[in-house]
Amino acid sequence: MSKNTVSDRFRKVDVDEYDENKFVDEEEGGENQQGPDEAEVDSLIRQGNLMGALQAVLKNPPINTKNQNVKDRAEGLVLKVLSSFKSTDIEKGVQSLDKNGVDLLMKYIYKGFERPSENSSAVLLQWHEKALSAGGVGCIVRVLTARKTV
Amino acid sequence: MSYHSFLLEPISCHAWNKDRTQIALCPNNHEVHIYKKDGNNWNKIHVLKEHNGQVTGIDWAPESNRIVTCGTDRNAYVWTLKGDVWKPTLVILRINRAARCVKWSPKENKFAVGSGSRLISVCYFEQDNDWWVCKHIKKPIRSTILCLDWHPNNVLLAAGSCDFKCRIFSAYIKEVEEKPAPTPWGSKMPFGEVMFESTGTAGWVHGVCFSDSGNRVAWASHDSTVAVAEGGKTAVCTSLTSETLPLLCVTFITENSLVAAGHDCYPVLFVYDSNKAALSFGGKLDIPKQSAQKGMSARERFQNLDKKATTDTKEAVLESVHKNSISQISILNGGKAQCAKFCTTGMDGGMTIWDVKTLESAMKDLKIV
Repeated sequence: MSKNTVSDRFRKVDVDEYDENKFVDEEEGGENQQGPDEAEVDSLIRQGNLMGALQAVLKNPPINTKNQNVKDRAEGLVLKVLSSFKSTDIEKGVQSLDKNGVDLLMKYIYKGFERPSENSSAVLLQWHEKALSAGGVGCIVRVLTARKTV
Repeated sequence: MSYHSFLLEPISCHAWNKDRTQIALCPNNHEVHIYKKDGNNWNKIHVLKEHNGQVTGIDWAPESNRIVTCGTDRNAYVWTLKGDVWKPTLVILRINRAARCVKWSPKENKFAVGSGSRLISVCYFEQDNDWWVCKHIKKPIRSTILCLDWHPNNVLLAAGSCDFKCRIFSAYIKEVEEKPAPTPWGSKMPFGEVMFESTGTAGWVHGVCFSDSGNRVAWASHDSTVAVAEGGKTAVCTSLTSETLPLLCVTFITENSLVAAGHDCYPVLFVYDSNKAALSFGGKLDIPKQSAQKGMSARERFQNLDKKATTDTKEAVLESVHKNSISQISILNGGKAQCAKFCTTGMDGGMTIWDVKTLESAMKDLKIV
């Protein structure tokens, strides 16, 4: 055969990247988003103020940042707070959040499902059940349709 | 309310004639069927066959009695009734993807078609050439247009798109109309001008609707939100996140109340308070039949616990009238100002006519302001 049909490297080219009409999300400044304050959250957990820790860890979500480390750190912190809750207190914790808080909590829960560790899924499932009764399926739909997530 | 099951297939789209005795609908294929009401029955009187692809949008102009249809074959046809037969006229839309929705303008001298080619074709009839001509609105649309609605002034057009935005464009065609008067959305309205663009909601915009005065526009988005924007120096946007599955269609029934329906298979009411600029959930508009609650034996309880991990006695049966998602909602009587009846069609092939007065009296706490 002729030389130009030998190589099949062209099959690995992602043609959609070169489409000039490709949809690009709007850039919103996310460089300054550091995620929740680790020190504050840790001290609140040590004090036993779990409600406060929940509120604190849901502040400043790293939604717009492109830094993966910041996102991972935030997720780890949220998981720590969620695991330190007693099962009976979970419902109260969810009730203390407003609508946006429940949406954000659901985003973190699903992010946590993506990378399961030892006991995380069980804890997350309990939180998921309570968050679902507070936010409804609409809350989960918003996790699925969000372009920028934690 | 009255439910009529037309087909087993989904009804892709529907449109009513002026006196609401005939309904044109697409039974999820290339044809349009027109049914005429005869007492309690619906008889199929016409079948319009011209499209080569699924018909995605139908609109019936009440005054001039013309039907416009658009389909996935990238064409639109304007049908006129000649004697007892509907005759089609092809309209070249100059699009290279499927057409998704079509709407006649209030004065019926133009119609707009939203398509997957990321543009809106505004078509008008050119007398000299005896031919429908179209103009394109392209910028700044970045994805498929899913829904359209005209402002009562015949010039402004609201469009909901898959690029997560609801926009109001000017579709002013100087060949067929005079310069429009200023509106709360703006005063300069050259063709294709963006008068308003939404921010804040994510998710494809499935349904959009102007209020009767045209000062408000509401849209339903795929992230389970409904939003209302009020025109003014700076447009005021309010949105409401809901706990249900996404809504697919929305319409105003009075200046302050909206009815929307979607994947949850029942219509819901929303109320907009312009003083507080707040949108609130008004209630679920479906009256489920109360099924007799039978007690559960201990054995059934254990079986349920084993099979479904719950002792809940709720069965997995839809209690709503529609058994599948509602895809379109249309006003029958009263217009968008004082709607008395509206109609919904869905993917279960059924059509339900809802009476606003009956709903108001049946649901306590339901107030349609």
